[in-house]
Amino acid sequence: MDATESVAPEIRVRDLHVILEKREILKGISVEIPKNRITAIIGPSGCGKSTLLRCINRMIDLVEGASVTGEVLIGNVDALSPGIELTELRRRVGMISQTPNPLPMSIFDNIAFGPRIHGERDSKTLDATVSRCLKTVGLWNEVHERLYDPAAKLSIGQQQRLCLARALAMEPEVLLCDEITSALDPISAKHIESELLAIKNEYTIIFVTHILRQARRIADHVIFLYLGELVESGPAAEIFSSPKDPRTKEYLEGVFG
Amino acid sequence: MRRIEEAVFKALMVISLFIVLGSLLAVILVVVIRGAPALTLSMVTQVPQGGFYLGKEGGILNAIIGSLYVATGATLIAIVIALPFAWYLNQYAGKSRFADIFRAILDIATGVPSLLYGAFAFSIMLAIGAKTSLLWGILTIALFITPLLARSFDEVIQTVPFKLKEASFALGATRLETVLYVVSRQALPGILTGILLAFGRGIGDAASILFTAGYTDSIPTSLGDPVATLPLAIFFQLGSPIPAVQARAYASGIILLAIVLILSVVSRVLTKRYMKYVIK
Ligand SMILES: Nc1ncnc2c1ncn2[C@@H]1O[C@H](COP(=O)(O)OP(=O)(O)OP(=O)(O)O)[C@@H](O)[C@H]1O
Ligand SMILES: [Mg+2]
Repeated sequence: MDATESVAPEIRVRDLHVILEKREILKGISVEIPKNRITAIIGPSGCGKSTLLRCINRMIDLVEGASVTGEVLIGNVDALSPGIELTELRRRVGMISQTPNPLPMSIFDNIAFGPRIHGERDSKTLDATVSRCLKTVGLWNEVHERLYDPAAKLSIGQQQRLCLARALAMEPEVLLCDEITSALDPISAKHIESELLAIKNEYTIIFVTHILRQARRIADHVIFLYLGELVESGPAAEIFSSPKDPRTKEYLEGVFG
Repeated sequence: MRRIEEAVFKALMVISLFIVLGSLLAVILVVVIRGAPALTLSMVTQVPQGGFYLGKEGGILNAIIGSLYVATGATLIAIVIALPFAWYLNQYAGKSRFADIFRAILDIATGVPSLLYGAFAFSIMLAIGAKTSLLWGILTIALFITPLLARSFDEVIQTVPFKLKEASFALGATRLETVLYVVSRQALPGILTGILLAFGRGIGDAASILFTAGYTDSIPTSLGDPVATLPLAIFFQLGSPIPAVQARAYASGIILLAIVLILSVVSRVLTKRYMKYVIK
């Protein structure tokens, strides 16, 4: 893949430190994440992958007493700057979580939720957004006759695709995906993977995964974290074929994690 | 040995079930048997006519309408106060000590007998020289059911899973939007149940409005008019030595029971309807 020829970075993380409950979880991460590519974050459990993601859309703010320092530039806006408008940041940076978390409302309202709170009132526009997003994630054929049914009635795999569609509805620039296929059956997981591949030219996707084969399948760029430190990052092909750091090599060989 | 234990406990559970159901049934049966003969159409379509309290013409439409006015008004006021209160307690006060203190106060407030709320309202009325009226009836009942409602809202809102709030925040919603559109939506069945239960408590309470709502044979036309209520209608008629009037007290009881029954059916239907959307 011609994936990681020099692409303008969308996100620049500089010297990011996170301290939770007096423990330093991220110990000075600096990394660039290319625009409109899929970047996989890999590393053993507890190394801080989710924490890194949660800094990018500031969901880390929900953790009481979290101390976050450094810079997370998205374009030229620092997500960590205290004055930033969180609602707008989270519109630009969509997030899909590990277990599907549809909202307690209809399929339609789930997807329209984001646009509505960000000020979209026009029902024609909302209709169009909902059908476009459902089509993008391949859910339209399955649900277009029951858009007003509760989202809770969908299967887990469908719910996760709904959550992806819901994030897309806000027209974000960045999508944060934290092990989003880990609760799904293999077929639904494949669906999600191929949908991400299909849309990656329009979105900067950051994808946390434990499954190395999955990272190989979809990532253009790889970040390897270990115990809160960035060990190595670079084009997927390079990392997977010739890792520079012995720890990366060991991880890829399945020695730990 | 363990099998005997099991049998004994099972028997105890069945017995307690029968005590609960049995006493409820007994109450309903007595009320229905004694009240049914007096339950005529005019009971629910007319206000008391001359000599009603001696067993002559008329009905208790004044008290039916009065009770509905009082309970509806009080419930609306209670919702308007209790809902933001519960929102605040959960969304902003969180697990702080302050929230704990508020919850403890609410618990005490729900344990205060309604008569005391009535006495309190009455003392204020005396102090400012207000007369018994629909308005004061509504205020007294609102005073009494607001803590109940706030506590029940608080309970259901507390059960809303954190991941739903997280989903909402991650979409860029503010705390307010999250609590209005996500938390309340998830809690809606419980909120509705709470409202209807509070309405039931309000419409059935006699003690609190004994001094504050007054009593009248006509249907109030303004908030300043005194108002008759079903519990007081029952109370007054029961106190009569005339058997026909006593029978009407029971007939009024049937009407009150019917209102409560309709409410609980409505609440079940609504709950079921909104349950579909709830995320488990
Ligand atoms: N709210 C919190 N308070 C305190 N410590 C936390 C909190 N959340 C996470 N941690 C700690 O931060 C470290 C990194 O957690 P994180 O969830 O980022 O790891 P991860 O790489 O995503 O792991 P996994 O692969 O298991 O999801 C862990 O040691 C975890 O115990
Ligand atoms: Mg994680």
